[in-house]
Amino acid sequence: MENLNSYLIMSAILFAIGTIGVLTRKNVIVIFMCVEMMLNAANLSFVAFSRHLGNMDGQIFVFFIMTVAAAEAAVGLALIIAFYNNKESIDVDDVSIMKW
Amino acid sequence: MDMISIPVVNMTPILPEIVLSVLAMALLLINVFAPGGQKSFLAYISFIGIIVAAVLVGTGWGNHIESFSGSVVLDNFATFFKVTFLVAAGLAVLISDQYMEREGCNHGELYPLILFTVVGMMLMASGTDLMTIFLGLEVMSVSLYVLAGFNRANRKSNEAGLKYFLLGSFSTGFLLYGMALIYGATGTTRLYKIAVIVGQMTLPSANIMLVAGMLLMMTGFAFKIAAAPFHMWTPDVYEGAPTPMTAFMSAGPKAAGFAALLRLFLVALPTLQVEWSQVLWVLAVLTMTVGNITALRQDNIKRILAYSSIAHAGYALVGFAAGNGTGTSGILFYMLSYAFMNIGAFAIVILVAKKGETNGNVMDFAGLGFKRPVLAVVMTIFLFSLAGVPPAAGFIGKFYLFAGAVQKGYIWLAVIGVLNSAASAYYYLRIMVYMYMKEPTEEFEWVHVTAPVALALIIAVAGTVIPGIVPSFILQYAQMAVKLL
Repeated sequence: MENLNSYLIMSAILFAIGTIGVLTRKNVIVIFMCVEMMLNAANLSFVAFSRHLGNMDGQIFVFFIMTVAAAEAAVGLALIIAFYNNKESIDVDDVSIMKW
Repeated sequence: MDMISIPVVNMTPILPEIVLSVLAMALLLINVFAPGGQKSFLAYISFIGIIVAAVLVGTGWGNHIESFSGSVVLDNFATFFKVTFLVAAGLAVLISDQYMEREGCNHGELYPLILFTVVGMMLMASGTDLMTIFLGLEVMSVSLYVLAGFNRANRKSNEAGLKYFLLGSFSTGFLLYGMALIYGATGTTRLYKIAVIVGQMTLPSANIMLVAGMLLMMTGFAFKIAAAPFHMWTPDVYEGAPTPMTAFMSAGPKAAGFAALLRLFLVALPTLQVEWSQVLWVLAVLTMTVGNITALRQDNIKRILAYSSIAHAGYALVGFAAGNGTGTSGILFYMLSYAFMNIGAFAIVILVAKKGETNGNVMDFAGLGFKRPVLAVVMTIFLFSLAGVPPAAGFIGKFYLFAGAVQKGYIWLAVIGVLNSAASAYYYLRIMVYMYMKEPTEEFEWVHVTAPVALALIIAVAGTVIPGIVPSFILQYAQMAVKLL
């Protein structure tokens, strides 16, 4: 496949957007979406490599990643709801009872 | 018509995992129909299940069975670590019941979640494929996010769960991206095949994709084992999580992270050892120093133990940077004895604390030695072991970790390690000073030791003292475990 590089660049850009988003955003849900974007950047790399190398391992891996991401979303959103119930906020600046 | 052949799968390597997952799912159901809100019996069932799993794990010693077309392996290395995880889980189950009753939590789901965590950790230790390691890591992490935020009514616990979840999944992103790059560079996810392909490369360290993948994976795991500079979540999560879960988190998942890292680096990337041991050298120094220096000015005992656990990850990284037989078997030994001593110390913290997790500062231990001499002596044993004072297991572990570094020629690394260890004595001794040299301000009348906690303390003391006096017994197993890696 000629254009493996463009997929990899695309994946790197997605990963960078995700990372910067996690580090700069304040809303917990947005941070969580950025994390999902990082995972999907990895997915894109896996699929591109898999096509390029002509073996299926990478695509199987992507199925597992998607499943795990769904499980993580279930747990993560439940934790966010539990936090919201006590604090009436989903801003990370409010996640601050404990500090050194 | 062609028949589709169904491969014969050998289930032996994952038998303990199957037992524990089935038990965990059954417990979830039993929990729903539990009579009259009684949940304590779930703890006993889980404890028995853990012992059964430990026996099954033990019978696998000396085997080398690959299964699932080489993505899971049963070998001594996996067996040793599985025992470590089961020790951590067993002790955590024993100390949970009393705590959860005191805090008024509905703790039925706690035990199945602990068992799921153990299953994930076991898969990490025996996985020989990036996929199995990743799945094990996620089974472990997702269960741990829930365990950290288990006390839903408590705001600190909410915060701990949320922070752990956000930073944990963030680190998963790095790990996965690293795995994708390694897959791209080598064309396979099997560790043994990666080793072959990397071994054939003329100059593997010049392969940017491979090196970047390795570093990203290291970042992901450094989060899990709480190595500086990726340790920022540790003190908050450890402070906010329910104390028995903090104890479990500091011992089990840390060991699992080391298990996966060791297998990954020693099996798949031994040709890059020069490169990764340099990175680990820096990580080890940073982790030890940051952990110990920050612990000096803490008052909350859970935070002290959290920073101390960061420092201990640093000591283990010293052995890892050395990467030789002495250093790596030292890690195995250290992780096992750390499970005993650290969970034991947390058990005492649980006993001294009051409802709502108050009374958890160093000052609150004032005079414990006069009012509750037995508990104070037990705590002293754990603290001595954590500080690395001779007859205890912690000393032997550190000795082998640092000896490995010296053998490899990393004299300075060993020197920094020993200096750090000396500094750490300050905050461990400070707790002892409060226990023995301050006037008691309280009668400690609320402190009562239930039978499961007493059993946990006895096991923990035995696991801390006996390996310290006769280290060769466990150490020879640790050496056999790393030999075939």
